[in-house]
Amino acid sequence: MRSLRPTLFKAAMTFLGWAVALLLFFPILWTVLTSFKSEVEAIAFPPAFWPSGWTLENYFEVQERSEYFGHFLNSVALSLGSTVIGMLIAIPAAWSMAFQPAASTRHVLMWMLSTKMMPAVGALVPVFLIFKSAGLLDTLPGITLIVLVGNLPIMVWMLYTYFKEIPADILEACRMDGATVWKELVHVLLPMSLPGVASTMLLNIILAWNEAFWTLSLTAVKAAPLSAFIASYSSPQGLFWAKLSAASTLAIVPILIIGWISQKQLVRGLTFGAVK
Amino acid sequence: MGSIKLDGLKKAFGSQTVIPDANLEIADGEFVVFVGPSGCGKSTLLRLIAGLEEPTDGRILIDGRDVTHAAPARRKLAMVFQSYALYPHMSVYQNIAFPLKMAGEKADVIRVRVQEVATSLDLLPYLERRPRALSGGQRQRVAIGRAIIRQPAGFLFDEPLSNLDAALRVSMRTEISELHRRLRSTMIYVTHDQVEAMTMADRIAVMNAGRIEQFDTPLELYRRPANMFVAGFIGSPKMNFIEGARAREYDARTIGIRPEAIDWSIDSGKWRGRVERVEHLGAETVVHLSLDTADILTFRTPLDERLVAGRTIHVSPREDSIYRFDGEGRAIPGPKRNP
Ligand SMILES: Nc1ncnc2c1ncn2[C@@H]1O[C@H](COP(=O)(O)OP(=O)(O)O)[C@@H](O)[C@H]1O
Ligand SMILES: [Mg+2]
Repeated sequence: MRSLRPTLFKAAMTFLGWAVALLLFFPILWTVLTSFKSEVEAIAFPPAFWPSGWTLENYFEVQERSEYFGHFLNSVALSLGSTVIGMLIAIPAAWSMAFQPAASTRHVLMWMLSTKMMPAVGALVPVFLIFKSAGLLDTLPGITLIVLVGNLPIMVWMLYTYFKEIPADILEACRMDGATVWKELVHVLLPMSLPGVASTMLLNIILAWNEAFWTLSLTAVKAAPLSAFIASYSSPQGLFWAKLSAASTLAIVPILIIGWISQKQLVRGLTFGAVK
Repeated sequence: MGSIKLDGLKKAFGSQTVIPDANLEIADGEFVVFVGPSGCGKSTLLRLIAGLEEPTDGRILIDGRDVTHAAPARRKLAMVFQSYALYPHMSVYQNIAFPLKMAGEKADVIRVRVQEVATSLDLLPYLERRPRALSGGQRQRVAIGRAIIRQPAGFLFDEPLSNLDAALRVSMRTEISELHRRLRSTMIYVTHDQVEAMTMADRIAVMNAGRIEQFDTPLELYRRPANMFVAGFIGSPKMNFIEGARAREYDARTIGIRPEAIDWSIDSGKWRGRVERVEHLGAETVVHLSLDTADILTFRTPLDERLVAGRTIHVSPREDSIYRFDGEGRAIPGPKRNP
């Protein structure tokens, strides 16, 4: 009797774990399943769980009606562009804040974070007007810039935290050994904080890939990435659930694959320092 | 090449002055130890010399060249850190080679030099290992290897042995002394352990609250301490300090008597006291005696069964080894005894 209680508890926790996981995963599963149904079946009530026909028609139609591949390339350019340029800015910024802190460094960090607490829509009108007069609306550089600026605080914060983990002695040894700042960065700092740098980049790629607010507001056709492309299927002409699902599936599959491959790295980076 | 001169050196962190005014001249090839209690500013002074801290005031000269504002690498000094500060992602080989690589040395020159250094430090079998796969003593040797490979004008050690166990500490101490004999370059060695200081140093700078209290050879510090701080810091067990009437008898505010300069007897002597505690260390015995005043007197003596706690005995300081100090704690030179 006595040993039954821990076993029961464990079973209950396992069940709870599965339930939460299924709950979180269900929308994605439903989207994928719906993308293989016909439009009629997709809106049928009560809904059928499994598609009766398993049709690929939605996918063909989505590709035909809109240039999926073009949007895919836009998403790639946006994610990689904002991440690479962002790292070029964030690494020196985090370096100086971690290793050459001034009296105001803490305030700067807090201020940067506070920009993420403001709803983005608060800045929409001025940003839109600036973009309009600068000719940046619906351009890749424009949308890359705004996504980059939006994610920069997170990148600097993450890198700052990882850099702080590196013992000051090691960097001082590096200076004694005659390394310039650049060599210190290349030979010691970046290799030592590689898990952190990698997860910062991965997280930023994912955030940029999924970014929907600015892409919807500032792009239309030419520079629209996949997140904007999905939205074009919920248009005033009517909702097409099956095609919307097919478009969504197409949009999330690449990032799901990246996330799947790199999940070990991502978890290691995000818990870096917590489990030393 | 390798003389170091500190000229009115001052360091403050914000409003806290850590080093008020340091003046020191270290000759080329000398082994100098900075010793003092924890927090007295030894590391800060060493880091000022290294160039890792910017002085608030004053000058640092190496071989007569003003390096006060020169970058660390330009000072031709190498440092061994307390934590070793090895690069964890590099092999032993890469760690030792790093300074040469930074100096832009050619790969084949580096290979030869690393082999030499690794041979002299018994590190050859470990060249491909990462630091984390080494023992404490081996890591220490890698840190030393990384320091000597550049053939610097001087070495700076910041408590390099404090992370090692007692036995290893003694053997590394010998190894570092050996290294100094072999290389003949200037070395500055920071420690809070006076035994390390006494056994290794040519000259010792005794520090207290950021000040260099005395800079002299180990024996001079022992024989002629400049003040009560140095007298109390050098020697183990600590020197006894006695005030009041007993000191006035010697025309001093305080007198100091080393535990090894006291004779005892059961029935006669200058002062009478009760044995409070007896520590048997084998070859010798350390006795703590309470005099009839509040003073506690510690002395060392060969083993004797008659010394037991609670017993009343007599002690006499050797008159020629009584140190006298004035009201400021400074040593009073001259004849020991009031005529
Ligand atoms: N970077 C710093 N900022 C502020 N205070 C410091 C700094 N480094 C050292 N100190 C202070 O200077 C004093 C001397 O420190 P340190 O040189 O490390 O002593 P030691 O090496 O003799 O133990 C200490 O009171 C310490 O708190
Ligand atoms: Mg120290």
